[in-house]
Amino acid sequence: MPAPSAVRGTPFHERTGPLCQAGNWRRWAGHLSASSYEPTHEHEYQAIRSAAALIDVSPLHKYRLSGPGAATLANRIVTRDVDRQEIGQVYYTPWCDAAGKVRDDGTLHRLGASDFRLTSAEPTLKWLHENARGLDVEIEEETEQVAALALQGPRSRELLERITDGDVAGLPYFRVMSARIAGIAAEISRTGYTGDLGYEIWVGAADAIPLWDALTAAGAPFGLAPAGMLALDMARLEAGLLLVDVDFVPAHRAIIEDRKSSPYELGLGWTVSLEASNFVGRAALRAERARPPAWRFRGIVLDWESLEAAYAAVGLPPQLPGTTLRDSVPLYAGGRQVGYATSRGWSPTLKTYLGLAHLEAESAAVGTELEIEVTVEHRRRRGRATVAKTPFFDPERKRATP
Amino acid sequence: MSATNAYDAIIVGGGHNGLINAAYLARAGLRTVVLERRHLVGGAAVTEEIFPGFKYSVASYVVSLLRPEIIRDLRLARHGLEILPLESTITPLPNGDYLGRWADHDQTRRDLYRHSPKDAEAYDDFATLMYRLAWAVKPLLGIVPPDPLSPGLRDLKTLLMLGRHARGLDEQQFHALFKLGTMSAADYLDEWFESDPLKATMSASGIIGTFLGPRSPGTAYVLLHHYMGEIDGVFRAWGFARGGNGMVSESIASSARSHGAEIRTGATVERVLTANGRATGVVLDDGEELTAKTVVSGVDPKRTFLGLLDPEELPEDLVEAIRRFRIRGSSGKVNLSLSEAPEFSCLPGEGPHLRGAFSISPSTDYLERAYDDAKYGGFSRRPYMDIVIPSMIDPGMAPPGRHVMSIFVQYAAFDIEGGWDDAKREAFGDAVVDTLSEYVPNLRDSILHRQVLTPLDMQEQLGLTEGNIFHGELTPQQLFFFRPSPAWADYRTPVRGFYQCGSGTHPGGGVCGASGRLAALEILRDLRRRRRGRP
Amino acid sequence: MSGRDAVVIGAGHNGLIAAAYLARAGLRVVVVERGEAPGGCAATEELWPGYRVDTGAHSLTGIDARVMADLGLTGMRARGAGLKTLSSDACVVSPQPEGEVLLLEADAARTADRIRPFSARDAARWPDFVAAMSRAGRALGVLYGTLPPRLAGASRGDLWELLRLGVRLGRVGRRDALELLRLIPMTIEELLYEWFESEALKGALAADGVRGICQGPLASGTGYMFLHHMVGAGGIVRRRRQVRGGMGELGAALQRVATAAGAEVRLGHEVASIRVEDGRATGVVLAGGEEVAAPRIVSSADPGRTLLGLVDPGELAPEFVRALENIKYRGVVAKVHLALGEPPRLRSGGGAAQAALLAGAAISIAPSIHYIERAYDDAKYGRPSERPVLDGVLTTALDPSLAPEGHHVLSVAAQYAPFQPADGSWDDARREALGAAVVETLAKHIPKLEGAILHRHVRTPADLADRFALPEGNIHHGEMTLDQVFFGRPVAGWARYRTPIDGLYLCGAGTHPGGGLNGRPGAAAAARVLRDEKRRQD
Repeated sequence: MPAPSAVRGTPFHERTGPLCQAGNWRRWAGHLSASSYEPTHEHEYQAIRSAAALIDVSPLHKYRLSGPGAATLANRIVTRDVDRQEIGQVYYTPWCDAAGKVRDDGTLHRLGASDFRLTSAEPTLKWLHENARGLDVEIEEETEQVAALALQGPRSRELLERITDGDVAGLPYFRVMSARIAGIAAEISRTGYTGDLGYEIWVGAADAIPLWDALTAAGAPFGLAPAGMLALDMARLEAGLLLVDVDFVPAHRAIIEDRKSSPYELGLGWTVSLEASNFVGRAALRAERARPPAWRFRGIVLDWESLEAAYAAVGLPPQLPGTTLRDSVPLYAGGRQVGYATSRGWSPTLKTYLGLAHLEAESAAVGTELEIEVTVEHRRRRGRATVAKTPFFDPERKRATP
Repeated sequence: MSATNAYDAIIVGGGHNGLINAAYLARAGLRTVVLERRHLVGGAAVTEEIFPGFKYSVASYVVSLLRPEIIRDLRLARHGLEILPLESTITPLPNGDYLGRWADHDQTRRDLYRHSPKDAEAYDDFATLMYRLAWAVKPLLGIVPPDPLSPGLRDLKTLLMLGRHARGLDEQQFHALFKLGTMSAADYLDEWFESDPLKATMSASGIIGTFLGPRSPGTAYVLLHHYMGEIDGVFRAWGFARGGNGMVSESIASSARSHGAEIRTGATVERVLTANGRATGVVLDDGEELTAKTVVSGVDPKRTFLGLLDPEELPEDLVEAIRRFRIRGSSGKVNLSLSEAPEFSCLPGEGPHLRGAFSISPSTDYLERAYDDAKYGGFSRRPYMDIVIPSMIDPGMAPPGRHVMSIFVQYAAFDIEGGWDDAKREAFGDAVVDTLSEYVPNLRDSILHRQVLTPLDMQEQLGLTEGNIFHGELTPQQLFFFRPSPAWADYRTPVRGFYQCGSGTHPGGGVCGASGRLAALEILRDLRRRRRGRP
Repeated sequence: MSGRDAVVIGAGHNGLIAAAYLARAGLRVVVVERGEAPGGCAATEELWPGYRVDTGAHSLTGIDARVMADLGLTGMRARGAGLKTLSSDACVVSPQPEGEVLLLEADAARTADRIRPFSARDAARWPDFVAAMSRAGRALGVLYGTLPPRLAGASRGDLWELLRLGVRLGRVGRRDALELLRLIPMTIEELLYEWFESEALKGALAADGVRGICQGPLASGTGYMFLHHMVGAGGIVRRRRQVRGGMGELGAALQRVATAAGAEVRLGHEVASIRVEDGRATGVVLAGGEEVAAPRIVSSADPGRTLLGLVDPGELAPEFVRALENIKYRGVVAKVHLALGEPPRLRSGGGAAQAALLAGAAISIAPSIHYIERAYDDAKYGRPSERPVLDGVLTTALDPSLAPEGHHVLSVAAQYAPFQPADGSWDDARREALGAAVVETLAKHIPKLEGAILHRHVRTPADLADRFALPEGNIHHGEMTLDQVFFGRPVAGWARYRTPIDGLYLCGAGTHPGGGLNGRPGAAAAARVLRDEKRRQD
């Protein structure tokens, strides 16, 4: 028996492998994932925002919950009220530990009255089992068995309609349906990580290659391009979407208490249904809601002139990278550090430099003027930034149903 | 008596702790001599070419917890210490499969997932907790145990510091620490994992050097030690010493010499000389006398208090405490010269796995049965083994194409029924080779030489009383301020000027070196105080 | 039925003691018990006509004297409700394979004489050992009389408590406290190795170190288990003490005390669930569907049964559920009761040992530490011990009224018997084989035993689990290993009788300071409830 390899390809690797001219791979949950397919990622980003892009999201962890206790289990875990989730509805939701600190976030697809698919960034099988005590529920991990493709972009609907028997046009935002795509049984959800019109398609791993072929064949007239993680990172920043391990640390991986965040501290208060059934962490979150959270999660818009000035001071034009930065930098107000920015990057669509930031509550009001640390030519300087609402980019087409 | 025999400090025993102690004292300007009974220094950390061309790390075989501050302070890298990575642990299984833990997280996760998806996840949760707890208890390795009977100001400060460091623990972490301190490794791991080979292999770290089985309470704590190296970050000192573990000792000796310390081998100390309750020097077995106001013992507590001193000079309760100090050996060592690389049937062929460790610990019951065999005075018929093949990483350890295999074996009782003799030693070696051959089919035919060390051999050859590799069992009642006895856990003894620096003092065990260093710091502290005219 | 202040689940001795204290404090209390008799493990059953057998606990030795005096069952105020107890100065008769018999008595000097034939050195050390164990027992008693302090996230109040505990321990002496700290993690083998050389003596003593736990005498923490029996014992090893009329009389007496204080005791009613609303206990639902509302529920059932069996797990944090699921129970004691047509006669014939046996001493089959360890080896792999460790009491020696005239009842606790044998489950054949193994082991020392047996009754740990609601047959409601005592009993962080459900308390042997018919958990839990009540009113 050979030793297991540290990384393996996804079910689409037979196709994505040769496509990756850049040779620019990264690891995602033990899988090879293209950072970009073309030598640079600009075109891939533009495909997301102006045409259509295919993003291999198979490494997401996927679990199927079924049986009489499935809804109770889901309700026990996620912060949202599953009793109100309709069949065919998808919830974006975080879930917490008993202290009300976020362990992870993901999507919960209600495929039937007692049939759910949960996607997560972190492995969650053990947590599901630990919460299933006394429940008649089957928990099946389908991470390797189910391949997933995100088809994102303004023309994704037209493209998909060409090759599916499902009513794609009638599928509202955050809904899921079963359909056939070029004869392949699939679930299509109107979800994604780009903040744009888009779909995610879930098929058995054995159908991955035919699905890819069918989509790429149909996609040519719509400018379909495979897109990698660099392009996706830019899109999700514009959409103000959180990235695990970058914008928050899962509570069960946090070595110190300070690294943990509650949903309120991550701007996810809207997902917390305190009146719903007793999910893990509810008591703590009830107590927390009684007093305003000390921390807020906000967008920031960096002031380009101030960045330019910082570079000009050493005789340089601005030299900021075109990719999203994931290192944390301090934010100041009134000379004091009041927070830190976890994601930063250029928005080609909005033509501004954006960021996501953890801020002390008193400095988190939209419009608050901040200073942000920038390192220019080995020296620390400060630029200006303003607290902003997320999402930064929120096109009508994202939710619209024609 | 010649003037050349007058020193500031004499260290009895040239094991790694004695050498470290000497190096620190010499570095502080003391005229220091190390007296070692054998023809080479290192104690249990020695490399010997027993058979031409084949170098064995005779007893201790990996560098585990050697304190990074010692490596820095004594500049051991400049004195020849080179640590090569030990990256994986493979547990071959009777059904031809194996369980692997690798340097790469994803690879380990995939391997664990094959055995149990839940365990693959639990393993990360477990690691997160252990990492945190290792960090919480780490300061213990660097402090002088307080005196619980009449704590002084300094002791209270120590306790306060420990309390403050542990305060960062949340309730769950604190309780985990409580459980680790009291449970058996098997029970604790049962709370986390379901895969038996995984639990068995992890619990094996808790039984090394103890006369306990994985189901014996008190074995869980050592699980933390595996993660201790992690908190030293990428600078962790965990792996093989290039040239064998003797190079650890050689590098320390070289550092000590560079500071002016003298190292005499073939010098057996008979007794510590005292006058008016003060140490004045030592006398060797050939009658030669050496004088010094500071004498430090690197040998185990039994030899230190009951051998080097006349018990009459000591308080009765201390003598009693040392007499009852438990020091039962439980392990043996088999070193092999091989004509070719071993071929594990679970992972045939050469590959990176051969650079790592192999653990013969297929199940918890397997380890328990190995313990059962030994606890009534025998040795395991099918033993637990921790195996490394140093020549795979460090080709200089064997002639080209040949290999050396180091096999740590447990259990073997010191006081085996009828006593150890040549026949029993060979039977013990046969049990090892027979058991390992089940997993390594080409082993038997490729053996060129075999060295077998029983606990008795470790006592006779290496000076480890009862063959105990830790100079005293690491049970809770023999740790911290109980090691080796309350009120005398601060490296001092009732004989002024006579100190202890071996593994029988806090924190003890393994090639860690903290005892040697802490003892040196205490000695220097006393000397400073004496110079300032304080008692 | 409505308008109760507290429901106590279970009329075992701890449940009744808690009920009595609560009722005395003016609370309206109802005790709900599934069985038909009060007392729980303090049970006397007429297994055969005319033979009244203590089928659960068979010794009152460990009971807390202060609790008994408080409740008026012993001491000055004991009149009507008083218990008549019987005790013996002959403690343990331990026959050896070669036919000699070791005898331990309450008197240290006399015991030293008994030990001398085995080892003069040990005999000389015995009085010091008794004194040392007496001191250790006293120091441990301090811990037993205190709530385990909270160390993690300690508040100022917690630190104050810790300080007070330190002062109380200081009163027994810093040296004794330190010695206790050293002894607690020891194996009983290590503890005894420091004192004695005689295998016979070490075996007889070591049996107390493994009682009710699935560990052998080479396991850390068995030293503590030994000391547990030393609390309040004055250094006397296993002094025999029983209740006249059978241990069941203790339950009856406690019921009288509780009732007199105003509590209602409802026998034959099983609690099916505990109602929880918004994280607060609001009452219990009985098996028949009847609901009893009360803002306080005090359960003497074991922690697992209470919190995992009676409460919806969704009400509890998964980490807490996991901790409960991880409680080790692992019952290892089987009970074999024999009705004898004649008094048992030791092989050694007459002499002091025979007289001691007939005066009420326990007969112990634990001739060496290795004997006990080998018995444990079997259990480690899920088999009943081929040669079990036995602790038998001739209850009729102290109380002839328990059997027809001239007849005797010998009740034997046999260790180790797994709750669940590795190769299946208990059935009649296995049960009888266990009984036969016990009789055979005893018969080596009591040659005419088999002929004298009129009746034999065997209860495996599985049977004890059914009969007495003992989790996995564990006589202490949870193994008393070091991780599961003090801060860790029943689970770490919840060692102070409260639970994460407001108003739900635990008061059984599964809480600090544990099992062995001592009554401290019941009393301490009641004190806790009353203190919380007082705080609420303030």
